[in-house]
Amino acid sequence: MSDVNATMARLERARPGKVILWTLLFLGGVVMITPIVFMAATSFKTGQEVFELSIIPDRPTLENYLFILQESKFMRWMLNSLWVATFSTASVLFFDSLVGYTLAKFDFRGRQIVFIAILSTLMIPTEMLIIPWYMMSRSFGWIDTYWGIAFPGLMTGFGTFLMRQFFMSLPDELIEAARIDGWSEFAIWWRIAMPLVIPALSALAIFHFLGNWTAFIWPLIVTNDPDIYTIPVGIASFNGEFQMDWEIVMTASCLATLPTLLVFLLLQKFIIRGIMLAGLKG
Amino acid sequence: MAEVSLQGVHKLFGSVTAVEDFNLSIGSSEFVVFVGPSGCGKSTTLRMLAGLEDVSSGVISIDGKPVNNVHPKDRDIAMVFQNYALYPHLNVFDNISFGLRAKRLPKDEITTRTNEAADILGLDELLKRRPGELSGGQKQRVAMGRAIVRKPKVFLFDEPLSNLDAKLRHKMRAEMKLLHQRVQTTTVYVTHDQVEAMTLADRIVIMNLGRIEQVGTPDEVYKHPASQFVASFIGSPAMNFATGTITGTGSKAALKTDSGEGISLAGCDIAEGRRIQLGFRPEHMMLAKAAKPASGHISIGAHITVIEPMGHETVLTCDAGFGEIVGKYEGEDRFTPGDAANFHIRADRLHYFDLDTGLRI
Ligand SMILES: Nc1ncnc2c1ncn2[C@@H]1O[C@H](COP(=O)(O)OP(=O)(O)OP(=O)(O)O)[C@@H](O)[C@H]1O
Ligand SMILES: [Mg+2]
Repeated sequence: MSDVNATMARLERARPGKVILWTLLFLGGVVMITPIVFMAATSFKTGQEVFELSIIPDRPTLENYLFILQESKFMRWMLNSLWVATFSTASVLFFDSLVGYTLAKFDFRGRQIVFIAILSTLMIPTEMLIIPWYMMSRSFGWIDTYWGIAFPGLMTGFGTFLMRQFFMSLPDELIEAARIDGWSEFAIWWRIAMPLVIPALSALAIFHFLGNWTAFIWPLIVTNDPDIYTIPVGIASFNGEFQMDWEIVMTASCLATLPTLLVFLLLQKFIIRGIMLAGLKG
Repeated sequence: MAEVSLQGVHKLFGSVTAVEDFNLSIGSSEFVVFVGPSGCGKSTTLRMLAGLEDVSSGVISIDGKPVNNVHPKDRDIAMVFQNYALYPHLNVFDNISFGLRAKRLPKDEITTRTNEAADILGLDELLKRRPGELSGGQKQRVAMGRAIVRKPKVFLFDEPLSNLDAKLRHKMRAEMKLLHQRVQTTTVYVTHDQVEAMTLADRIVIMNLGRIEQVGTPDEVYKHPASQFVASFIGSPAMNFATGTITGTGSKAALKTDSGEGISLAGCDIAEGRRIQLGFRPEHMMLAKAAKPASGHISIGAHITVIEPMGHETVLTCDAGFGEIVGKYEGEDRFTPGDAANFHIRADRLHYFDLDTGLRI
């Protein structure tokens, strides 16, 4: 009985705090959702209506969608983005975890220096790297290629660090047992270590994929040919071409958001866990 | 089945010596137990045998061939770790067969051998389960299964039973022994539990501070401990000791303890004036009414301080002036703390150790 009372009392006391918390969360949610709602609303409006702040258009239309899907290279950009982001994510999962594993589980001369060097790349802002990247791309002929868009992100300092932290927490005995069992070091990594860090891998995959899907500056700089544009670059290109047709930009944005929304709904559980893991470990 | 030998093996971690001048030959099919206090280098030695740790100097051979530079997977050994090291994402069948798959054996041979091992260990019902769904004892069995399925030349066990509760440990100890009788594989077993060592071993290697203190059969190390350390380590309750100086010779020989008591040691031929430790086991102390012992016995007087009835016997902790001693009593008498007690001990069951070196005299 006293237990129940104590619990009740604790709930009572917690209530004012809860109210404030919920209010803040609600306001935060509104702030984040409003632009998305307007984006969706605008995509169904005609050009004349764009600057009216109504949520339901007076004369809803699918013209914008038809225009984008039929008369622009939107689907091509979608595929470009998909391809670049997938390729880059696969590469990051493979190489970051391979290097992270090596840093976590092998003792070799200079390990600490290599680790610090990789960590320190986290402190270099992307903007600083764009010019060297561009010069590299130009001299290697990577301008207007998928490789040119993807290469800076094929390995990341953050992913290496994240994976290293996770591999550190794997018991050495597992690896030693597999070693005695007769597997090669590569097979041990692939068959024992990797399956045990799947939560970390999925977190890394989600973050990296989304990061690539929305990447703008570098793909903009390294591509000139509209056939190679990724989605964000393509959407931006509507600006110049059609004199700020906002309804078109909004429609394209809506379409571009769909896949990420879908991924989020499907993988919600993983993403939340991933954020928590990254927060705890990274 | 194979012979294993370690010759002059040293292991240094930086400037810390973990194992020093380790020499041992293990016969084919022999069950050898390394025992000693925490940090004495048991695991390190075992890991060097497994190839998980480099040897700083010395030679390790398996079947006559030096293996210092042989990779663990090519040594044909199997190891069971203290916390079992089962692969959490694989079920019991896959855990057991993992080593066979590395050898790329044909699928049906893998299945046959895995089922055979599971059968020996009573794991048939559990093959589909993951390690997370097993009890401690079952996990322990899977770890054993993973070792025996490979039919290696040598088994290495690092405290495989220390995570089990007392009752299960007892049971698994018996199973271990049975298994060894059955497969006859050369075995090196590490434990810090001297009871486990005594019950399992063909030969015990007692280690202290990275060195071997004594190698011998359980009987030898119990009856003829080579040093005071071995004497105090083997046996439960532990051996009692009295520290002092030898006085007199022949029938007048006695030990004058540092706190002043005299213990007559008639017939003891240790040089007068030598500083020694006298050791005697609780189970060899006979409670006697008379203070004067029969011939060939010595007598030690004490006062009872703690009485622990165990049912079949009573453990008596006593104050003997020179220190606390523990005795066992199997009769019917009742005691109260403060009672005087006289213990008689057969002279041939006394152990003498040099105080400086700790070595048996
Ligand atoms: N990787 C290492 N680096 C540095 N020192 C180590 C390492 N492994 C072991 N040692 C040291 O070597 C000594 C022997 O360790 P070891 O693990 O062999 O002891 P043990 O007899 O197995 O003890 P326990 O019963 O606690 O398992 C200890 O002093 C330990 O601190
Ligand atoms: Mg150990």
